[in-house]
Amino acid sequence: MDYNLIVPFIPNLRRYARALVGDRDGADDLVQDTLERAVRKFHLWRPGDLRAWLFSIMHNVFVNQLKARKIAPEVEIDENMIAAPVPTVTSVDVIDLQRALLTLAPEQREVVLLVALEDMSYADVSRSLGIPIGTVMSRLSRGREKLRKLMAGEVSRSGLRVVQ
Amino acid sequence: MTEEEDRTEYAAQNAALHRRFDAVLTEPIPARMYMKRPMWLEYARAASLVAVGLAVGLALPMLRPAPPAALANVTPLPIRAARAHLVYSPEVRHPVEVDAKDQDHLVKWLSKRLGTQLKVPVLTAEGFELLGGRLLPGPEGPVAQFMFQDGSGKRLTLYVTRPHSGEQVTAFRFAQDDGVSVFYWIDKDCGYALSGEVDKTTLARVASSVYKQIEP
Repeated sequence: MDYNLIVPFIPNLRRYARALVGDRDGADDLVQDTLERAVRKFHLWRPGDLRAWLFSIMHNVFVNQLKARKIAPEVEIDENMIAAPVPTVTSVDVIDLQRALLTLAPEQREVVLLVALEDMSYADVSRSLGIPIGTVMSRLSRGREKLRKLMAGEVSRSGLRVVQ
Repeated sequence: MTEEEDRTEYAAQNAALHRRFDAVLTEPIPARMYMKRPMWLEYARAASLVAVGLAVGLALPMLRPAPPAALANVTPLPIRAARAHLVYSPEVRHPVEVDAKDQDHLVKWLSKRLGTQLKVPVLTAEGFELLGGRLLPGPEGPVAQFMFQDGSGKRLTLYVTRPHSGEQVTAFRFAQDDGVSVFYWIDKDCGYALSGEVDKTTLARVASSVYKQIEP
């Protein structure tokens, strides 16, 4: 295979991974694992959208990493049912966008970032994550709304505590 | 909500995300993300090795004396390997006796039964992971079978047996039986056969990696 085909996508994969994982080292490890897997599986790629294919590999690697850390929800979880692993926040007014993102369920975070940051169409997101378009849209609207509330300083019921 | 409606409704959110993360786009790419060796070089190396193997394999029969009569009744190694492949590789629930997660135990056990130290090749670079292995009966004693699987569920088996009395040392050879392709060779300690229902080029690539790892 020609690795040069993949290189142009590395900056976007890194940006997405950074927003998805939250820390630089963890994100670059995710990118590295994705690239290695892409090289190994390149013979399985059928000419088509290379970007969606690379993001789908990253999705699989990410899901496996979550499983390994045993924090992946087994079923789709209603965001009001559980307290997401929320980083300590000192004041909602200054909540960092990164921290706000990490309070979203991983499957919502993926959809929001692919649409908002990578500017993917719903069809591409559906292909990359292996989920139906209807699921893309419902996860997107829930994720968008939660993120908006967090950034606007409204307290969500998902376990975020405001410390004055 | 369509893509356009979403983009309008959440323009502020998109802008905030871009402000926060776009800097990553222009960060220098860590060196480790450029693969050290281009893959085509790997393929070229593997291909040349296979070519040498095939050439030697083709030349050898001319130099070799006729096999002893005792061997006439023994099913040839590639046929035995191909049949074992056809029996076990379609198994959904019990493809192997011992799972790859107990690899140390698996290798120790099969080495003990075959009476020689076995090596399990690592085929991750070729896209195959070890599933595990099992013990099989052969015409003259125990045989080991290791199974590998790729991302699409395609399986290869490596059949390892002690050579029979009088069975000749052979170089890298190719055989086909019942839709199964087999690359095999026999050294002084063991006979090896890698089988799969895959095209010859793919199998040759993997087989040359197995060969390189097993033959020092």
